[in-house]
Amino acid sequence: MDERKYNMAEEVKVFSTWASPFALRVIWALKLKGVEFDTVHEDLINKSPLLLQYNPIHKKVPVLVHDGKVICESLVILEYIDETWKQNPLLPEDPHQKANARFWAKFGDDKVMQSIGGGVLLKEGKEQEEGFAASMEHLKYLEDEIRGKKFFGGETIGLADIALGWLAHYLDIVEEIVGLRLIDQEKFPSLAAWKQEFANAPIIRENWPDRDKLVTKYVAMREANLGKGTPK
Amino acid sequence: MASDQVTLLDLWASPFGMRVRLALAEKGVKYEYSEQDLMNKGALLLQMNPVHKKIPVLVHNGKPVCESLIIVQYIDEVWKDKAPFLPSDPYQRAQSRFWADFVDKKIYDFGRKIWMEKGEDQEAAKKGFIDSLKLLEGELGDKPYFGGETIGYVDIALVPFYTWFYAYETIGNFSIEAECPKLIGYCKRCLKKETVSKSLEDPKKVYDFVVMLRKKYGIE
Repeated sequence: MDERKYNMAEEVKVFSTWASPFALRVIWALKLKGVEFDTVHEDLINKSPLLLQYNPIHKKVPVLVHDGKVICESLVILEYIDETWKQNPLLPEDPHQKANARFWAKFGDDKVMQSIGGGVLLKEGKEQEEGFAASMEHLKYLEDEIRGKKFFGGETIGLADIALGWLAHYLDIVEEIVGLRLIDQEKFPSLAAWKQEFANAPIIRENWPDRDKLVTKYVAMREANLGKGTPK
Repeated sequence: MASDQVTLLDLWASPFGMRVRLALAEKGVKYEYSEQDLMNKGALLLQMNPVHKKIPVLVHNGKPVCESLIIVQYIDEVWKDKAPFLPSDPYQRAQSRFWADFVDKKIYDFGRKIWMEKGEDQEAAKKGFIDSLKLLEGELGDKPYFGGETIGYVDIALVPFYTWFYAYETIGNFSIEAECPKLIGYCKRCLKKETVSKSLEDPKKVYDFVVMLRKKYGIE
C-alpha cells in the first residue's frame, strides 16, 4: 500500500533561485510526477541561514527537503525523486540504458556546460574561439545520440533530457549575447528538433525563467568576467 | 550469467580504474583485464568510448559502459544478488551518491593540483585536499566503512585514491596521516580486505608513475 497517497502532511520544499538551470531540473521532475511542493526563493548574494544549514558543503541551490530529509546536488536529487515517486519514471529499468542516460547527463554538466557557459559566454577572442570549437564537438555527440529519437529518454522525457534541458532556453540567450549560433538547424537538425520538442513540452514550457531578466544577468556575468572596460 | 563476457579497458595506475576493479572483485565477477596505452589509443578503446576516449571502460557482452561511478552503479544493478553497494532506502542512496560525487569533485581535482602545481597554487590545493578529507572523516563517523558494516559505494569511490596519497605527500611535502589520522586508519582497515588489497596498486609504484608524468609535462 502506498501510504503517501493518504499522507496529506508530506512536505516537499525546493530551495531555488529564479535563474538557476539546476534548480529548474528539480522543479521539472517534481511537476512531471505531479508532486506538490513549496519553493523557497534564495538570493545567492545573501544566502539564508537555512540554506547554509541544509547545504553547508556546497552552499548552493537546489536543495530538496522531503519530510525533513535534505538532499543536495541536482543529479542526486533527480535520482532520489525518481526512486521516491515512481510515476512517470525518468530512468529506464534496463541497467545499460540507465547507464547511458546517466552518461549523457554527466556529459552535459562536465563538458557542454563548461564549453558553452565558461568558454563561449564568458570569454572572447581566441579563448572564445576555442570554447566555440569545443562546444561544436560536444553538440555533435549529442546530435548523434538524439538522432531518431523524440527525447533522449525515448518517447518520454527522461533524466538526460532534464539534465540537458537548459539548452532549450538558456542557449538562445547565450547565442544572442555573443552573436554566435551553436545549435544550427543545418548542422544539428536532430538536436534542433529536440530543442523545439522539449521547450514546448507540457510542464517544461510553463516554467522557463524570464528571458529578458536572464539576458541582463548573463550580459553582466560576461562583462564581469572580461573585466569592465577591457579593450577587445 | 555463466556466459557473461566482461572486459575492463583500464590503466594500472588509474584510481578510477581501481574503482571498477574493486567493484568487480566485491561481486566476484570474472573479467578480462585489458591494459591500455593512452599515448597510442587502441581501436577498441576508441570504438567503446568515442566521446571521451578514456579509461575505465567496462565492456559487458559487447556493450560499453563509461565513467567510473556510472560503471560501479551498473555493476551493482546487474550483479544484484551479492554485496550491494548502495542501500535500499532512497534517502540513504542519495547520501551515498552525494558523497561519491564529493570525492569526484574534490579529492581528484585537489590531488591533481598537488602534483601538477607549485608554490601558492600547490599550497591552496593541499589545504583544499585536507579540508575535504576532514569532511569525509566527519561523514564516516564511527562506522567501519562509509557503507556501514560492509564496503559500499562511497568506499569504492574513495579508497583507490589512497594509492596516490604517498605521491601527493612526497611531492607536496606534507603528511596526510598527521592531519587526517582517522581517514588513514580507515584506508588501512579497507586494505585488510582481500578484495581491496588485490584491486589497489602499490603506492610506491604509483609514485614512480607520477614522477614520470611530471617529467613528461615538464614540471620540476
